[in-house]
Amino acid sequence: MASTDFSRTVSTPSQHHTFDRSGAFFARLHIDLILLLLLIALATTGLAILYSGSGQEIGMVKRQAVHFGIGTLLLFITAQIPPRLYQLIAPWALAVGTLLLVGVLVAGVGAKGAQRWLDLPGPLPRFQPSELVKLALPLAVAWFMAKRPVPPRFRDLLQALVIIFIPTILILKQPDLGTSILISTSGLLVLFFAGMSWLLIFSMIGIVAAMAPVMWFFVMHAYQKQRVLTFLNPESDPLGSGWNIIQSKTAIGSGGIHGKGYLQGTQSQLEFLPESHTDFIIAVLAEEHGLIGVCLLLALYALIILRCLYISSRCETLFGRLLSGSMSVTFFIYVFVNIGMVSGILPVVGVPLPLVSYGGTSVVSLLLGFGLIMSMYTHRQRK
Amino acid sequence: MWEQSIRDKAYERRLFRARAIVAAVLVVSALLTLAWRMTYLQVTLHEKYQDLSENNRVKIRPIAPNRGLIYDRNGILLAENIPAYSLTLVPEKVDNLQETLAFLDELVGVSERDLEQFEKRSSYRRRPYEPVVLRQRLSEEEIAAIMVNRFYLPGVDVEAQLIRHYPHGDAFAHVLGYVGRINQRDQERIEDDEESQRRYSATSHIGKTGIERRYEDILHGDVGYERIETNARGRLLRTMQRENPKPGTDLTLHLDSRLQLLAAELLEGRRGAVVAIEVETGGILTLYSNPGYDPNAFVTGISFDDYEALTSSLDKPLFDRATRGTYPPASTLKPFVGLAALEAGSTTWNYKVRDPGWFQLENDDRFYRDWKREGHGVVDLEMAVVESCDTYFYDVAVKTGIDDLTPFLGQFGFGRDMSVDVISAVSGILPDRDWKRATGRGPWYPGDTVNLGIGQGFMAVTPLQLATATAVLANKGKWEVPRLLAAEDNVPTEFPHGDIPDITLKDPSDWDRMFTAMDHVITGRHGTARALRANLDFPIAGKTGTAQVVGIEQDAEYDSEALQERLRDHAWFMAFSPIEKPQIAIAVIVENGESSGRTAAPIAQSIINEYLGGAEG
Repeated sequence: MASTDFSRTVSTPSQHHTFDRSGAFFARLHIDLILLLLLIALATTGLAILYSGSGQEIGMVKRQAVHFGIGTLLLFITAQIPPRLYQLIAPWALAVGTLLLVGVLVAGVGAKGAQRWLDLPGPLPRFQPSELVKLALPLAVAWFMAKRPVPPRFRDLLQALVIIFIPTILILKQPDLGTSILISTSGLLVLFFAGMSWLLIFSMIGIVAAMAPVMWFFVMHAYQKQRVLTFLNPESDPLGSGWNIIQSKTAIGSGGIHGKGYLQGTQSQLEFLPESHTDFIIAVLAEEHGLIGVCLLLALYALIILRCLYISSRCETLFGRLLSGSMSVTFFIYVFVNIGMVSGILPVVGVPLPLVSYGGTSVVSLLLGFGLIMSMYTHRQRK
Repeated sequence: MWEQSIRDKAYERRLFRARAIVAAVLVVSALLTLAWRMTYLQVTLHEKYQDLSENNRVKIRPIAPNRGLIYDRNGILLAENIPAYSLTLVPEKVDNLQETLAFLDELVGVSERDLEQFEKRSSYRRRPYEPVVLRQRLSEEEIAAIMVNRFYLPGVDVEAQLIRHYPHGDAFAHVLGYVGRINQRDQERIEDDEESQRRYSATSHIGKTGIERRYEDILHGDVGYERIETNARGRLLRTMQRENPKPGTDLTLHLDSRLQLLAAELLEGRRGAVVAIEVETGGILTLYSNPGYDPNAFVTGISFDDYEALTSSLDKPLFDRATRGTYPPASTLKPFVGLAALEAGSTTWNYKVRDPGWFQLENDDRFYRDWKREGHGVVDLEMAVVESCDTYFYDVAVKTGIDDLTPFLGQFGFGRDMSVDVISAVSGILPDRDWKRATGRGPWYPGDTVNLGIGQGFMAVTPLQLATATAVLANKGKWEVPRLLAAEDNVPTEFPHGDIPDITLKDPSDWDRMFTAMDHVITGRHGTARALRANLDFPIAGKTGTAQVVGIEQDAEYDSEALQERLRDHAWFMAFSPIEKPQIAIAVIVENGESSGRTAAPIAQSIINEYLGGAEG
C-alpha cells in the first residue's frame, strides 16, 4: 500500500525541511509552519464568523481572541516538551484523570441532572475532569500500545480496551453520552492506527451496532432519547426541542449558494437561530456566505486534518504516530459531528465546532492538542 | 536484534501509513458527505428554506378596520368609536404571571372580575403572542403608573383601541343593540367561512343585537394588513408594507333622536313602547321600549352581577317590547275591522246597531259585554269607532265571518313580520281556523270571531306591527315596508317593496270616512281620546285601545283599584297625523296604563307634535 515515493520521503526527513528558511526556523521552535498557518487561518475565520454569530458583540470576539492567545501560548509550550516526557506521564495522567472522574461521581456538581464538574478549593475555577481525560486517554493508550509489538496481539488489545472503557463508563455515568463516545473513540483510534486487524475492527462495529438497542432501553436517559427522537423527526416538536434543528436547517438552506452576505443573515441576526455563537455557528456561516463559504471552511478543515495525518505518519516514534494519528482523527470527528448535527444528519449532541465556536476550554484544549502533535513530529530522538 | 528492530520499525511505519491513508480517505469522504448534505440543503431545498426564513422574519399582521358610525336622520351620532386605553398582557412573555398580576393590582387595581374575564379570554383560542386584555378604560394616571414601571413588567402593555360608544345610552339600546367581544360561538361562526375569517382576523368586537348585528356585514369594514419584520421574540423591528383597512360603512337611520329621546322621557317610570313610522317612506322614526339598559356596559363586558340584575328585574329591561312584545290589539283594531266589514259588505256607513250594553250570538246564552255597561244606544260605524262601541264590532265581525276578516286584516301585515331590517321583530298572531286547529286549540267558534271583532282573544300584535298597519292605513293601503336604514355612506338605501300587495278598497272613499271617524275619536264630544283636544297642534286621526291582561270573569265587578298594578289593562293608542296628508303614524303601548286617553294617547300626541312641529319650524 505504501508507495516507494512515500517511503523515500520518509527515509530522508531533512529534505522536507528545505522549503524555506523560516520553515527551518520554525522547525527549531518545534512548530510545523504549514499547520500553524492553517490554524491561524481557521482561527481568523472563526473570529469573523463569531462576530456575526454573537450578534455583533465585539466583547465576545475579544474574549475568544484571548482564548486563542492562551491556546497558542500553550501550543508553543507543549510543542517544546519532548515526546519522551509525555510518554512518561501518560499512564499517570490517565490514572489521575480517572480518579477525578470517580470524584465527580462522588462529589461532583452540575446542572440539568448531570454531574460533570468538580469544585476546586479557593479561587480556582470549576474543573471538568473529562476535559483532562480527552487528552490523557489517547496518551495512555498510545503509551500502552507503543510498548507492545505491532500489529498488536489480541491479548494486548483486550488490555487496551479495559484502559479505554474504565474512563468511558465513568463519563457515561455522569451522564455525558457525547463525551464518552468521543473519548472512547479517541482510544479506539489508537488501536486502529496500531494496526488492529480489520476483522476485529468490523467485528467491533458489528457489536456496537448490536448494542444500540440495548443502549436505547437500558443506558440512555430520557433527555438523550428525546434528542434522538427529535433528530429523527424535528417537526414533531417545532417549538420545543425541534426548534433548534428546524431553525438551523432554515438558516443553512436559505443561505443558498452565495449566502445573504456578511452580517445580513436574518436567521442569525434576528435571533431565530439558537446557540448561534456556539454549537450552531456553522449555520451562521452557511446563511451568510452560502455553500461557497461552507465548502471553503470544509476545505480548510480537510487541509488541517490531512496535514496532521501526514505529520503523524512522519513521527519518529510509534508512540508519536499513534498519539497524533488518533488526535488528528478525533479532531475530524468533532468537525463531522458538529456539522452533521447542525445540518440535521446527526442527532443534536453538544459538540462545538472546533476553533470556530465560542468557548475557552474547547479552544485551549484543541490548540494544546495541536501542540502535542507538533511535539511528536518535530522532536528527533538522539541516537 | 538491531536489524530486527530496523525491520520492525519499517514495518510499523508502513502499517501506520496504510492506516493513515485509510483514515485520510475516510475523512475526505466524510467531509464530502457533509458538503453534499449542505448542497442538498442550500441548493436543492433552497427555495423551501428561503420561504421558511422569510416567514420567520416577516409577519403579516392584520389591522382592524374602524367600524362604521351610525347616525339618525338629522345627522346626530348614535354610535361612535372612541379611543380607550386598555391594559394588555402577552402571557407568553410574562415570566411570573401571578406576581405580575399582583403588581398590576397594586399599581392600578385589578378586580376579581377583571381576573375572571382575563382568564376566560386567555383560554379562548387565540394567536400566540396575541395580547390579552386585563383591564379596560384606563385613566391617564393609571397609564402613567404602568408606563413608569414598564421595565419591571415584561409582556405588559397599554394599548389604545377604539371602542364602540353609544352616546345616548339607554334610549337606543334595543334598536341599535350593541357590540361585544367576539366569544367562542361568534368565533366558530366566523371560522366557518374563509372570507369572514380573513375579514375578522384583527377584530375583537362584533354586533350582538339590534342594528349592530343586522348590519354587521357593512358596519364592519375590511381588514388591513401590515407586513412587519420581527425578531425571534416577536419584537417589531420595522414595518415593511402596509395596506390600510377599509372602514365600515356609515349608516344613517330613519330614526329621529328627538322623538326617541322624547319617547324615553315620556315613558319614564312606565313599561311600554313607542313606534313611529314615516308614512311616505316606511322609515321607522321611533322604536323605543322602556325600560332600557346601558348598551355601553356590554361593549367592555358586563359583570355577572349587573347582568343578573338586568335579567332578574320584573320590568325585563332587556326585553324589546316594541318589536317582541305581543299584546292583544284591543280596540285599536276596530278601524281595520270596520274596513273589513265594509269591504265584505257586512256593514255600511249607514248600518246601525242597537247596543244595550251586550251582544249575544244566536243559540248562545253567553253575554259579550260592551265596555260601557249601559250601552251606547243606536250606533253607526263612525260612532262605533269614535266611542269604541264593542257591540257594534261584535255584530259586524260575526256578520263578516272569520274567513273574510282574517285575510283582510292580514293585508295590513298582522300576523307576519313585515319589517326589512328590524332583526328582533316577531310576527304576532293573526288567528284563523287553520291556526287555531294547528295550535291544538280545537275548531273555530263564532265566539272567537266575536272576540276578534274587538281585537281581543287570540290575536296578538307588536307595537311595531300596529304602527306599520297604522302607516298603511294612513297611506290608504299603499305599502311601504317598515325600515330603519335610510342611507349607507350617505347613499340612500333602496329596499324592495316586499311581497305584500297594496290594499285597494272597492270604495276608496271609505279611507277618508274612516279617517274622519278616527279624527272624531279626538275631536268628537264623545271621542275616547277627546283629552287630546287641549293640545291639538295638528289634526290627528287615532284610536284608543285597552288590552286586558287577564280575562275578567263574566258578570264580575271590574274593580281596577283592587287589581295589582301589574294586572291592570294595557293602554294602546294608534294614530297618524296630519289627516289630510299623513306624515307620521304611531303606536304607543303603556303596560298597565289602564286609560288610553290619559296615558298612551298623550304620549303619541307629544311625539306627533314634536315631529310635525319640528319639521315645520
